[in-house]
Amino acid sequence: MSTVLTPGTPAPDFALPVTPDQKLSLSELRGRPVVLAFYPADWSPVCGDQMALYNEILPEFQKHRAELIGISVDGVWCHTAFTKDRNLHFPLLADFEPKGAVSKAYGAYFDAAGISERALFVIDKDGIIRWSYCSPIAVNPGADGILEALEALEK
Amino acid sequence: MATLKAPITEQDHIQGNVEAACTLLEYGDYQCPHCGAAYPLVKNLQKHFGNRMRFAYRNFPMTQLHAEAEAAAVVAEFAGTHGKFWEMHDALFENQDRLGDDLFAELATQLGLDAAELQQAMAKRTLTDRVRADFSSGIRSGVNGTPTFFINDRRYDRPRDYDTMVSAIEEALAE
Repeated sequence: MSTVLTPGTPAPDFALPVTPDQKLSLSELRGRPVVLAFYPADWSPVCGDQMALYNEILPEFQKHRAELIGISVDGVWCHTAFTKDRNLHFPLLADFEPKGAVSKAYGAYFDAAGISERALFVIDKDGIIRWSYCSPIAVNPGADGILEALEALEK
Repeated sequence: MATLKAPITEQDHIQGNVEAACTLLEYGDYQCPHCGAAYPLVKNLQKHFGNRMRFAYRNFPMTQLHAEAEAAAVVAEFAGTHGKFWEMHDALFENQDRLGDDLFAELATQLGLDAAELQQAMAKRTLTDRVRADFSSGIRSGVNGTPTFFINDRRYDRPRDYDTMVSAIEEALAE
């Protein structure tokens, strides 16, 4: 498993495609907490799907004014189709070219398989990583850790 | 490892020996095909363990994926207020491909419940609130999709096949 960036580290900035003609950068979101969820691939089995779960509990993240972002090495058209199919209400970024560059910057790239790890980061309003977690690639980590980290930001 | 943050209480739907040394808890969604597949699996586990295990069910409707999931959960809770939770729980899973208002009314009638009262109950928030409360407790406990099982208070992350689950429950009983 990769060694992901640890709490206290400034979150590396990035700008990745979010739609075929639009990019989203981390620095644009300064001023509110950001949850970065790296994951291996779109189209994993339906009901155990991590992104579908986060979509379901988006209101819980929004209570903390947190912005949720999914990142995988899938291309932007793939993300578009996946978003539509799963009725997702948050952005998926394409870490596609150069492949996995952002995942690597966060220590969240699984080289042998050429995909992102299941790695989670909670970044505070100033752009500092305050919590991170890398789950075994076959285990969807759920959201309990993220919610606890978001609560801790407010203490 | 994720652990159950909301312990099983008398408010829960529990089947089997309440004093059993092991609890199998499912967070499920009546419209989820994986939960549908797990339904006979749970029955087999109950048969195998008899009095040594109790089974509890909590709602985790994935409403963005499954349009009828929350309504079905409310229907089961409504049946629960008349002491027929498990009958409805089973009927919903056994008719998973027909979920919808027609089926809900049909099953209510079959179980001797008043379909008109069911409609009134569904229009009110009380039962939906209970379903949402289950959902929230699930999130807090690391439920990561449906079905998610807990054996005692630990999330079960291993494969969902009969033999593997039997071993895991045996291990929990041996602790």
